[in-house]
Amino acid sequence: MSAIDFGAALPRPRTDIVPALIPLLVAALAFPFIGSLSSFVTLTAAGLAMGMMIFTMASGLTLAFGMMDVLNFGHGAFISLGAYVATLVLPPLVAWSQTDSLALDLGVLLLALAAAVVVCGAFGFVFERLIIAPVYGQHLKQILVTVGASIVVEQLLYALFGPDQIPVSPPAALRGSFLLGDAAIEKYRVFAAMVGLAVFIGQTLVLNRTRIGLLIRAGVENREMVEAMGYRVDRLFVGVFMASAALAGLGGVLWGLYREQVHASMGGELLVLAFIVVIVGGLGSVGGCFTGAILVALIANYAGFLAPKLALASNILLMVVVLLWRPRGLYPVSGR
Amino acid sequence: MTVHLSLQGVHTYIGRYHILQGVDFDAPEGAVTMLLGRNGAGKTTTLRTIMGLWRASTGKITLGSTAIEALKPSAVAREGVAYVPETMAVFSGLSVRENLLLAAREGPLGEARLQWIFGFFPTLRRFWLSRAGALSGGQKQMLSIARAIVEPRRLLLIDEPTKGLAPAIIGGLIDCLNALKRTGVTILLVEQNFRVACEVGDHVRVMDNGRIVHEGAMADSAADAALQGRLLGLSLGAHP
Repeated sequence: MSAIDFGAALPRPRTDIVPALIPLLVAALAFPFIGSLSSFVTLTAAGLAMGMMIFTMASGLTLAFGMMDVLNFGHGAFISLGAYVATLVLPPLVAWSQTDSLALDLGVLLLALAAAVVVCGAFGFVFERLIIAPVYGQHLKQILVTVGASIVVEQLLYALFGPDQIPVSPPAALRGSFLLGDAAIEKYRVFAAMVGLAVFIGQTLVLNRTRIGLLIRAGVENREMVEAMGYRVDRLFVGVFMASAALAGLGGVLWGLYREQVHASMGGELLVLAFIVVIVGGLGSVGGCFTGAILVALIANYAGFLAPKLALASNILLMVVVLLWRPRGLYPVSGR
Repeated sequence: MTVHLSLQGVHTYIGRYHILQGVDFDAPEGAVTMLLGRNGAGKTTTLRTIMGLWRASTGKITLGSTAIEALKPSAVAREGVAYVPETMAVFSGLSVRENLLLAAREGPLGEARLQWIFGFFPTLRRFWLSRAGALSGGQKQMLSIARAIVEPRRLLLIDEPTKGLAPAIIGGLIDCLNALKRTGVTILLVEQNFRVACEVGDHVRVMDNGRIVHEGAMADSAADAALQGRLLGLSLGAHP
């Protein structure tokens, strides 16, 4: 980095905080209808945890979408694969993960998360080389081949692990709830929210404080110019796609443990949600993805409590409202 | 005079359109070679083909002794070529500082080099931390050129840098290009403003219909009104 800093007397970039305030506004609007403070706190905590898990999965999608211009409908396959990796890692270590030791329990869980990241990252490398690389710049073909590949992966998972849902539980230390006043908050949700938050902070730091991050942000805007400046964008793309797959796998483990079951079609189901978040947030925007994920999850939780019949449509309604307000999403990325 | 950049029989297609139809010319080392011609003559395509952004279907492009016609854009850039496109292509989501940081491939920004650049473009210092997308057209052009020269390069490909700029800014650009010339860098400059071409150019190559139709010294072309009218459709009186 440069020793030169002219920052103090110079104009700073303006930050658009309005979209980031919308989740707060939604919570404030929902509170009077929910009535009970404890229910409100429980629902909000559940929404934040769910939002962080969705963000973890969707942030990989927005990176691949935003930077590589790849419509990866196979992203769900990485989510399922990550969850299945956890079902392979956790059961053999059950003796360690069901103790009273928080450190041991967390260690086992972190091992499962790391295994999912590594396996999905490696699978992402193969997927990018075999499936994505031949169809760069061809959206229709991208949709066809990635949908096809996701079906193949899903069927392979069924063939390898069987058609039944596989039960999977968080370690003992993360089961149960603790009370915050009268509100019960599940420990695992707090853990999942912290992982999601760490992913967000990590991505933000990488994107804003490192040369790789600069390259990714520049590549989202203008791939050709990044190449003309001497950078191997193809290699960068492979790395980004691997990171995208790894994040999906990480999110898959978190979600599988949250639902306490894993099945091969879970990725496909979550993919719809991830796409909604990416579109609401703005293609290629990690900050937008974060805000969008929280918004989607909070509204789903509040709607599920207040008007269960509306819950299924709430995300679509949210997307319509956001796109009417900001057609390129909450935080549109320049050049997209 | 050492030839630095050489194109021999270069043909380029864009889709089914045959744009470059056998381009042959040399750009001498350490000089400014102007690439002139009417709109659609193939000037931008020539720069993009040299840069590897469009692939030459046939022909040879050499930089010094290195054949670059088959190289990827990143490899061409690593041969010491910097490109300033007509669209400027600044990264609008990045700050001025970040745009320059990214352009400095070899390492951190050199303070002396930055001060040298700020001498031509003081505006960049003023908007150092501002988003490039918030800059005016002229300021973006300054940033685009600054990005190309933030580290020493062997060859600069610059496409219509004065397009749409105010006369005062054009004056600064001319100073910058002349200062660059004194550093010994080779420059291939596409320009529609004939007065700018006369002020900075050493050599001129005129294109028409995807071919070079005239080569010579810039000073000779500047003095030949008939040539200007015939090849460029220019009347200097119409370009104050």
